[in-house]
Amino acid sequence: MSHLARTAAASGAIAEGAETETTAAPTKARAKPRADKAMIDRYRWYEVVALYAGIAVFLFFVLAPFIEGFLVSLKPLSQLFSSPYSFLPKNGSFQAYFDMWRSVPALGIHIFNSIFISSVVTLIVIVIVVPASYAFARFEFAGSGLLLGAFLAVNMFSGAVLLIPLFRLMRAVGFLNTYWAMIVPGAAFLIPSSIWLLRTYLMRIPRELDEAAWADGASRLYTLRRVILPLAMPGIVVISIMTFIGAYAQQFIFALTFNSKTEFMPLPVGLFGFFGRQEVLWNELMAASFVGILPVMIVIVFLQRYLVAGLTAGAVKQ
Amino acid sequence: MTRTQSATLFALGLLAPATLYIIGIVAYPLVDTIILSFTNAALRPTYDWVGWANYERIFGAGNFNEVIVRTFIWTFFSVATKMVIGTCGAVLLNATIPGQTVFRILTMPPWVVPMAIGIFMWGWMYNGQFGMISGLLQNFGILSKPFPFLAYGNSAFWATIVTDVWIGVPMVTIYLLAAIQSIPKDLYEAAWTDGAGRFYRFRRITLPLMVPAMLTMSLLSLIATFNSFDIIWILTQGGPSGSTTTMIIDTYKTAIGSYKYGEGAARAVVICIFVSLFCIVYFRAVRQLSKGAVR
Repeated sequence: MSHLARTAAASGAIAEGAETETTAAPTKARAKPRADKAMIDRYRWYEVVALYAGIAVFLFFVLAPFIEGFLVSLKPLSQLFSSPYSFLPKNGSFQAYFDMWRSVPALGIHIFNSIFISSVVTLIVIVIVVPASYAFARFEFAGSGLLLGAFLAVNMFSGAVLLIPLFRLMRAVGFLNTYWAMIVPGAAFLIPSSIWLLRTYLMRIPRELDEAAWADGASRLYTLRRVILPLAMPGIVVISIMTFIGAYAQQFIFALTFNSKTEFMPLPVGLFGFFGRQEVLWNELMAASFVGILPVMIVIVFLQRYLVAGLTAGAVKQ
Repeated sequence: MTRTQSATLFALGLLAPATLYIIGIVAYPLVDTIILSFTNAALRPTYDWVGWANYERIFGAGNFNEVIVRTFIWTFFSVATKMVIGTCGAVLLNATIPGQTVFRILTMPPWVVPMAIGIFMWGWMYNGQFGMISGLLQNFGILSKPFPFLAYGNSAFWATIVTDVWIGVPMVTIYLLAAIQSIPKDLYEAAWTDGAGRFYRFRRITLPLMVPAMLTMSLLSLIATFNSFDIIWILTQGGPSGSTTTMIIDTYKTAIGSYKYGEGAARAVVICIFVSLFCIVYFRAVRQLSKGAVR
């Protein structure tokens, strides 16, 4: 998946976050009589039925694998490999959630690796992106537009295309079979979209603030550190979350190609550990997947809140 | 030094880390790919310049042209389906009905969950004997016996498309939803005052004003889908008998699977050429659209 597409969707999500805030009031007012709802938004009963039916079909497509995956994680292996097919588990149990740690002893390490790699990637991205997006948001110099375009073009190339030279590069600098082989290339492909997002955010902080600081004799670096950074914090939090989720979701191809050591494998590659010689422990694979999904889900709960907060609390408005 | 000069220097200083990082990890490998594509690099430490030999080989013999055509068909159907489902989803999620916020959050999982995990789940669903799709279709009497979707070329081709659509739909939906919400409300109110029905308002206001966002998203989606690797690799590894081998999978197999770095690089360069073309179209389109922005 290209990171630019992610960015686009992210800015969509941000726009949506802002929107949720504005619609919060009508939601609260819903307890009042229906007449309060704008006439234009009123639906006839069959329209409501059609809307819910449509949403049900849409969400079934989106969520079906998770429903099936969860039910599989509850079924004992013997029931899993039996016909006829039954959708719901008979005498389901959470046994797989206990057994999986024994079947793949490194599972805990894989989950830790996933979180660790994503965290370091996020740190690197933030350190590199904050100054760069400030430069793009504030300074116009010859070729700045071109440079920004070049950064965005990076998004169009997936890591898979550059795998051969990256493999040689990682081997040359001795990163193969270390965390760095997954962190360094992973971060590179997340930098451009973050620059784009944060630049947009910084452009909304009025220039007058920079100029006032300048007039007071502050150096440029001091202005960035003491004036801009605190105001940009909500935006930085948003891109950190986006980057973390992106890094967590996409660690596969570099981990598959540049690392063969079990102790460094992140979860997506570690899941192959459930593919035994004889059979695949599907129920435990699914159980492990759900445990792996958990951190993102927790982050998402925060994301919802921070996206809204980040965009409304930006201290200064133009 | 004037103030402008010092500002430029400061800006360049701020940009240096990002620029150097991208040059090292993206630009240099890109150049290296092009150079390698003219060599016979393999596992051996040394290699020779072979000119256009790699390109002559991949275009002359084998099934590379077939792979290109297959990649385009795969990409086309995937993007088209994503756009259709995404548009429907965005319109549905835009309706002001109770539960709206919950539905929007429930749309996001395929997008935020580690891709590989979602793909493993699909892999199980496609299982013929015990998977959900074959199982439910049998329960409903549509299939008379188990059907392993990933075992036959044709069905595997469509199965990988369905999974790719599944992963891509949330971001298309959320992006288009944001586009719908940026349409000024007074347009609808004016039309409503004049007695325009809901469907008429949708056809005459929503749809035309969504076109720019739909164009942008289809181009972005096109590039993402064209580069899609994880889905096919986990589900079929390009099989059965090459029926899901797209250009990316083909390059990976040549370079990493068979250690033919030179030839793999040549295949990668062809991908880069296509991606660059899409890129140019995308940037052109964005510029055109922002010029005649309706917002």
